[in-house]
Amino acid sequence: MLPADPTRSAAYREISQRIRESRPEDAVPELERISAEVRQSIVRMIDRAQLGHIGGDLSVTDILVACFYGVLALDPERPRWEGRDRFVLSKGHCAAALYSTLAHCGFFHTGELDTFMAPLSALNGHPNKIKVPGVETNTGALGHGFPVATGCALGAKLDGATWRTVVVLGDGELQEGSNWEAAMTASHYGLSSLTVVIDRNRLQQGARTEETKTLEPLGDKWRSFGWEVREVDGHDHLALLKALERSTTGRPVAVIANTIKGKGVSFMEDRVEWHHKVPSSEQVVAALAELAR
Amino acid sequence: MTVTEQRATFDSRQAFAEELISLAREDERIVAVCNDSVGSSNLVAFRKEFPDRLVNVGIAEQDLVGVAAGLANAGRIPFVCAAAPFLTGRALEQIKADVAYSEAHVVLCGQSPGMAYGELGPTHHSIEDLSWVRAIAGLDVIVPADPVQTRAAVRWAAASGRPSYLRVPRFKVPVVTPGDAPFEPGRAVLLQDGDDVTVIAIGSLTSRALEAAARLRADGVSVRVLNMPFLAPMDEDAVITAARETRGIVTAEEATTSGGLGAAVASVVATRHPSPMRILGVPRVFAPTGDTAFLLDHFGLSADGIVAAVRDLLGHG
Ligand SMILES: Cc1ncc(C[n+]2csc(CCOP(=O)(O)OP(=O)(O)O)c2C)c(N)n1
Repeated sequence: MLPADPTRSAAYREISQRIRESRPEDAVPELERISAEVRQSIVRMIDRAQLGHIGGDLSVTDILVACFYGVLALDPERPRWEGRDRFVLSKGHCAAALYSTLAHCGFFHTGELDTFMAPLSALNGHPNKIKVPGVETNTGALGHGFPVATGCALGAKLDGATWRTVVVLGDGELQEGSNWEAAMTASHYGLSSLTVVIDRNRLQQGARTEETKTLEPLGDKWRSFGWEVREVDGHDHLALLKALERSTTGRPVAVIANTIKGKGVSFMEDRVEWHHKVPSSEQVVAALAELAR
Repeated sequence: MTVTEQRATFDSRQAFAEELISLAREDERIVAVCNDSVGSSNLVAFRKEFPDRLVNVGIAEQDLVGVAAGLANAGRIPFVCAAAPFLTGRALEQIKADVAYSEAHVVLCGQSPGMAYGELGPTHHSIEDLSWVRAIAGLDVIVPADPVQTRAAVRWAAASGRPSYLRVPRFKVPVVTPGDAPFEPGRAVLLQDGDDVTVIAIGSLTSRALEAAARLRADGVSVRVLNMPFLAPMDEDAVITAARETRGIVTAEEATTSGGLGAAVASVVATRHPSPMRILGVPRVFAPTGDTAFLLDHFGLSADGIVAAVRDLLGHG
């Protein structure tokens, strides 16, 4: 497993504590700054590897940053600490976004990001829990993370523990039936410590989700499965922080985060081909310039 | 076969997609069924010509195979096109119960098998698929070595009336099989005769086996190269003949050594004509990160690796 970066993890502790202690609206500029840094790092990683899933990485970034800096109780220097909150990225193809966020928090050295997908690197194209601290379960085949996260939350409940579990799903990923099996399990067991965040960017690999296989009315589907539903703008940090608050109804919470695939790079936004297209070197320069603004 | 097809190296998905379209023009029962994989299965042209005959069930592999079995029941001939790891792993029980056990004429097309998705990691490596599908009764398992065999496989599977698993190679290879090579269940293709050792190779490893044989020949070692486009039913007679006529057998496949070609050949050899063997494939480990070529070399699945296995078998050190 990769070693932590003590300097960065100390900074993470300080910044995330400040964010949690301030009024949420005052925390927003800091979260936006971090998101911009994470997005730039994603573009650099994909440029270096000449592979990756850039559209979904850029759409999920704000969700990851809000979770890691504003919500989850984690210690990058003790990634397997028993009382930690559990975070699962079910849409594992967006590993670049997760790795960038984890490195930003100090789970490992940012220099590792340069090895993304290179031979013998720990940073595989999809997250690997054995090699990368901060990864709770291996994902990459869609429709796996949510049942595992449900098991985490069930385990916490059996132990009477207070830690919580957050799992991020792609909207296209919801077409896998395993998700709806987990949705029934979680509500049956009243797993109120479980939060599902759906990265609702309305695109999947080959087309729009609604053209491929209709998901709407999505909120009603979750409600009918016994979930509390919160719908937000998935790029609005203030709204995300509120939506990620713990359940008070005793039911698990599904956050439908409306996002834009390719967010932050104008020529990638809401365009299906950027699911896994690799930008040219000119496009990388343009993307980095936009993200630095 | 065109002149360019003889020389160049190919990603056989294109040959697969073209053959499927020409078949669909001849037979309106042909439909393609996919899982958000129109692009990765090269089905864009198919969709353009036959928009109503492309069914996209989204990211839902169990549904994918079940729906295909239903389409077969309704008189269609579905070609299920999906990434091999998810098609086989995710829907294995549908493949067993809905397709094979029910004798549904469904052609399961595992795209980008083996280490094709090298950097994407073990979730995306399809090295277990051959072990899994080979264990299922009544399912023909076809592993084409090049675009020529891929085209023949598409035609054969459509006409067979039987359930089959067709592994569509992505790793770029030259054409290795002659146009008049036999293509039928239980028939091996003799690519080169020889009497010291037999190398039996399938899929992407076939061209590497030929390269190894050429190198060994230069050193005075005579290698017989057999290709098995059908892993099931396999050509057991060719295996027994090789065991009898040469001093040992090396198998080579882009798959795990627990259960594919090597295991199939070994069980024939062990029970019918004992003979020394070396089995080349991916050992029972999850691969490290790396691209396809890196991983194949890493696991000794190269011409060098095959040469070394032959020498080892002959006791040359
Ligand atoms: C089981 C499985 N089937 C197919 C794939 C191939 N695949 C990778 S990403 C993707 C599209 C995912 O869409 P979505 O969940 O909406 O993610 P996002 O748009 O946020 O990137 C597909 C089909 C896979 N990884 N796993």
